[in-house]
Amino acid sequence: MLGKLTWAAIPTDEPIALITVLVVLLGIGAVLAWITVKGHWTYLWKEWITSVDHKRVGVMYFLLGLVMLLRGFADAIMMRTHQALAVGGADAGYLAPDHFNQIFSAHGTIMIFFTAMPFMVGLMNYVVPLQIGARDVAYPTLNSVSFWITAAGMALINISLGVGVYSRAGWLAYPPLSELQFSPDVGVDYHLWALQISGVGTLMSGINLVATIFKMRAPGMTLTRMPIFCWTALASNLLIVAAFPILTATFAMLLLDRYLGFHFFTNDAGGNAMMYVNLIWAWGHPEVYILILPAFGVFSEVISTFSGKPLFGYRSMIAATMVICVLSFMVWLHHFFTMGGGADVNAFFGIMTMIISVPTGVKVFNWMFTMYGGRVRFTAPVLWTIGFMITFVIGGMTGVMLAIPPNDFLLHNSLFLIAHFHNVVIGGVVFGALAGYMYWFPKAFGFRLHEGWGKASFWFWCIGFYIAFMPLYGLGLMGMTRRMQHYDNPAWQPWLVVAMFGTVLIFFGIVCLVIQLAVSIRRREALADTTGDPWDGRSLEWITTSPPPSFNFSVLPDVRGEEAYWGIKQAALRARRLADKPVYEPIHLPHNSPTGFFTAFFAVVLGFAMIWHIWWLAILGLVGAFAGFVVFAWRDEDEYEVPAAEVAAYDEQRRAIRQSLVDTEARA
Amino acid sequence: MSESILQAVAPAGSPAAAANATASPQRPRHPLLRSRAFGVAPLLLTACSGGVLDPKGPIGDAERSILLNSFVIMLFVVVPVIVLTLAFAWWFRASNPRAKYMPDWVYSGRIEFIVWSIPALVVMFLGGIAWVGSHDLDPWARIESKKPPVEIQVVSLDWKWLFIYPDQGIATVNELVVPAQTPLHFHLTSATVMNSFFVPQLGSQIYTMAGMESQLNLLAHAPGVFDGLSAQFSGEGFPEMRFKLRALADADYAAWIDGRRGAGDRLDAAAYRTLLQPGVEKQPRYFGAVESNLFQHILMQSHTLPAMKAQAGNGETAASAHMH
Amino acid sequence: MSAVAIADDPQRLAAHHGGNGPAPKRIVVGYGFWVFLLSDFIMFSGFFAAYAALKNATAGGLGARELFDLGNVAVETVCLLLSSFTCGMAALAVSVRNRIWTQFWLLATGLLGLAFFALEVREFHELIEAGNGPQRSAFLSAFFTLVGCHGAHIVAGGLWLGTMMAQFWFKGFNEMLIRRFMCFSLFWHALDIVWVAIFTIVYLMGVAG
Repeated sequence: MLGKLTWAAIPTDEPIALITVLVVLLGIGAVLAWITVKGHWTYLWKEWITSVDHKRVGVMYFLLGLVMLLRGFADAIMMRTHQALAVGGADAGYLAPDHFNQIFSAHGTIMIFFTAMPFMVGLMNYVVPLQIGARDVAYPTLNSVSFWITAAGMALINISLGVGVYSRAGWLAYPPLSELQFSPDVGVDYHLWALQISGVGTLMSGINLVATIFKMRAPGMTLTRMPIFCWTALASNLLIVAAFPILTATFAMLLLDRYLGFHFFTNDAGGNAMMYVNLIWAWGHPEVYILILPAFGVFSEVISTFSGKPLFGYRSMIAATMVICVLSFMVWLHHFFTMGGGADVNAFFGIMTMIISVPTGVKVFNWMFTMYGGRVRFTAPVLWTIGFMITFVIGGMTGVMLAIPPNDFLLHNSLFLIAHFHNVVIGGVVFGALAGYMYWFPKAFGFRLHEGWGKASFWFWCIGFYIAFMPLYGLGLMGMTRRMQHYDNPAWQPWLVVAMFGTVLIFFGIVCLVIQLAVSIRRREALADTTGDPWDGRSLEWITTSPPPSFNFSVLPDVRGEEAYWGIKQAALRARRLADKPVYEPIHLPHNSPTGFFTAFFAVVLGFAMIWHIWWLAILGLVGAFAGFVVFAWRDEDEYEVPAAEVAAYDEQRRAIRQSLVDTEARA
Repeated sequence: MSESILQAVAPAGSPAAAANATASPQRPRHPLLRSRAFGVAPLLLTACSGGVLDPKGPIGDAERSILLNSFVIMLFVVVPVIVLTLAFAWWFRASNPRAKYMPDWVYSGRIEFIVWSIPALVVMFLGGIAWVGSHDLDPWARIESKKPPVEIQVVSLDWKWLFIYPDQGIATVNELVVPAQTPLHFHLTSATVMNSFFVPQLGSQIYTMAGMESQLNLLAHAPGVFDGLSAQFSGEGFPEMRFKLRALADADYAAWIDGRRGAGDRLDAAAYRTLLQPGVEKQPRYFGAVESNLFQHILMQSHTLPAMKAQAGNGETAASAHMH
Repeated sequence: MSAVAIADDPQRLAAHHGGNGPAPKRIVVGYGFWVFLLSDFIMFSGFFAAYAALKNATAGGLGARELFDLGNVAVETVCLLLSSFTCGMAALAVSVRNRIWTQFWLLATGLLGLAFFALEVREFHELIEAGNGPQRSAFLSAFFTLVGCHGAHIVAGGLWLGTMMAQFWFKGFNEMLIRRFMCFSLFWHALDIVWVAIFTIVYLMGVAG
């Protein structure tokens, strides 16, 4: 009846896991109780859960990333504290091998798929339609479905905490280790189903944003007038569309091996595990650019706005972005030079990898020259950006070192590698996400985040990062490999203790983020942004109110050049008056839809049933999903109308504020 | 995706493997790789004895040189970039009245040319190092020497290393004894999941993969004891997949072989099946005799029928069933 | 589905490529579906790559030359190509808003798809009965997965088709349904393209050696 699921799946013998689960359940219970007591359910359902507004969906993506950052970080600090103690045998430290191996697998998976991805997809969802002057993404309902399916994957990975085990095969689940023969329990199945499901969401979101950027731009917004963030988002989403299907196919093959006894990657019957390794990296390398390119976009926006200058070498930046986009598909083999692929093959992929550093280097130089001749305001987003530039250059350098095959023969799978990719992922993606968060928060919520706590968070993160990861470079050179539950070389221990303190500093950085949010909400009156343009911005998101109305713009902006809003703003300042009042037309917006939520519900049911081999429930999940599709397909009215009068009323208020800004500027 | 990428290492017995065995090139090392440019090596060495910066053989030496050279070459770009970033940010701070504000300075062909050229030149230089290094340090390339190489077959098991000396007819577990100043020619495979065979102080690691044979050539300059390990996570006992490589002087090595040959257990199918059981070996083990072609049998497991796996039972691979 | 309702004004339609503002909904929907189909092709290419890599990994079992029956495959191919033709006829019927002919041609499309699928199931069944199931060797795993994935697309297309027929019947021809039908026919023709690749690479090249 319940497949492989029995009471034994509850980890009653593992106190750490059990306590975690209880705390999480209590936390969720408390939140639900609070919502119920305060009577917020209707609001949540109508304004958020069923919302198809790209702004709401974007915020929910980002929130998902923040929550999972806590989970992923909890894994990280457990690993670092454990390894600081784990000199000796298998009973050294406080985590058994079984538990430790689950933790590093979960840490990698969560940080990439459920922290970094939601951060970036969230920012792109929120910002891209505003920057290109669109009212929403191309397919708003699909957007909501994408988000909820990602959340379904997240739910599955978290259920594994309390029911059963998680994978112990690393975040990429290399076979044959991840095959049934070597990993017979449900851990790998949790991994595969969680990622397979959220991967579908990511793919849909990628298609959506590609179509949005190509087909939904405001009049006059040609491709080469788009803000650079839109270009990086375009490159990132093109990569999603091209890379995620490979992941889906690869995981499908591994699932068939595990569920139906196929032989894609098994040791016997002709299976070829190296095919998996090739395929997974054909997705996996583009994936890192999916994450970093939007971060590059954030930094470009931030550095330009706060230097009071347009981005230096805009077209060069576009070229660099697209070159990276294309090259990212031609370097995957550098992840396994040590397979013994032959000198020509290794050298080719090594050199291709290095070539990627050319456009990346160009970007760094262009950011530098954007500051040159500017008036740099050292706000929190700028601190993240400068911290990024320095950290990323170091990470890029160690990356190029690893791209030289003979170096990789020494350093592959060592802590040097771990230090390298944290160097670029924390210094690049995380710093980028947090810079974007602090930069666009006032747009999303109508008040700024507290600067002091933001800066404190930056310093803790930045210094913490260096203290946590520089020792790992050294340990890698000393011959320490990744994923070691214990080690017998006492010379490594002092370095690991230092790394642990670095992690504690990063923890303080996260605490500062939480405090920053709490303090900012309490002081939202004082931090309020009534202008809609708190940073003296240059792109279209700043032309509208903070937060923007559901329709984003009262009339679609008429774009006359690069830096659309800057041009409009300067024209108004020169003329000392706004452009003439436009003719308002009624605006059609999509209805809310519970489709996403229900799809996700059935996806969780389906995934859980497949993980535990509860076949009847799996069929129920499939039927439910199909029924949901039919119900969705049957609706007639998918849009509602915002009357022209309402739009006009909104815009009159907005124009009054903007006129008063122009007057103030003119007097000054 | 070409065949050569997917099946970089051809299964034993295939024509490709045979070709590799006979046609191994004997390439001299490129002078570039021999140099210790810029003299930073000693500086970094002190902190890292026992690691990859403290090599004890020609492969490790050459690889360390490339590592340090590439590091130093990039520092020439990286350090100025960091300094300039901080300098620009600081000088052009909004509160500095002496900094010139140029809000319209957004493009300079000359600067664009320079910023594309600098990384491109560095990459061309490093690309040359990568190309030459990949070829000279190809794990499959034989090491030049007057002495004939010692052949060693390596099998990764859950979670121990099996070393077979086919010419001497002995085998060891978790201890590798070799002659110093003699080329070592390894043939490697895995009986279970993927591992990576690595002796950091000798250089070059390489994967061991079930059903595939990889090769590696190393050499130890002088007698000594070096740590060996698996660099690829392989499951619960992974941290224990470590061994000592003892390099001995020729006479000591010969004496050691003589002492081992014929002494102790024979590595036959039954003994191999015991070794296949997942578990950790705390002490090295020695076999005075080895069933012939054991390594080839282990390699053949990917060609076995799925039905035979079922017969082989829990935790065993088809290879053991195939032996009889 | 787009948020911006701009009437399908032909001038806009012609000029949607430049900086003339958001494209009409029909273009937006069709474009996005194309992108989706491209991603689907990439997924198939993953399975094709696996098939190419494992083609000779028969683990001592039978290979393509011994196993495949081109006669069966030829009939399958005819069914699928015909169904593309009937799908095209359905598109004509939709464009002239003819309810009966729309139903007729869609039904024909569905039946031909069903016939294709039945033949495929029979082929699979015969292979498995003879001990040449996907568990037999990596080659057969790859074959069943690649061809089966195409078959699963046909089934999904069939469900979609049935839903759409019901909607055309009960709701008539509204803009939304017509857009959806456009996507369906793109999907159905795309499956044909994939089948042509399978027919050539797996069956013809397999039997030829």
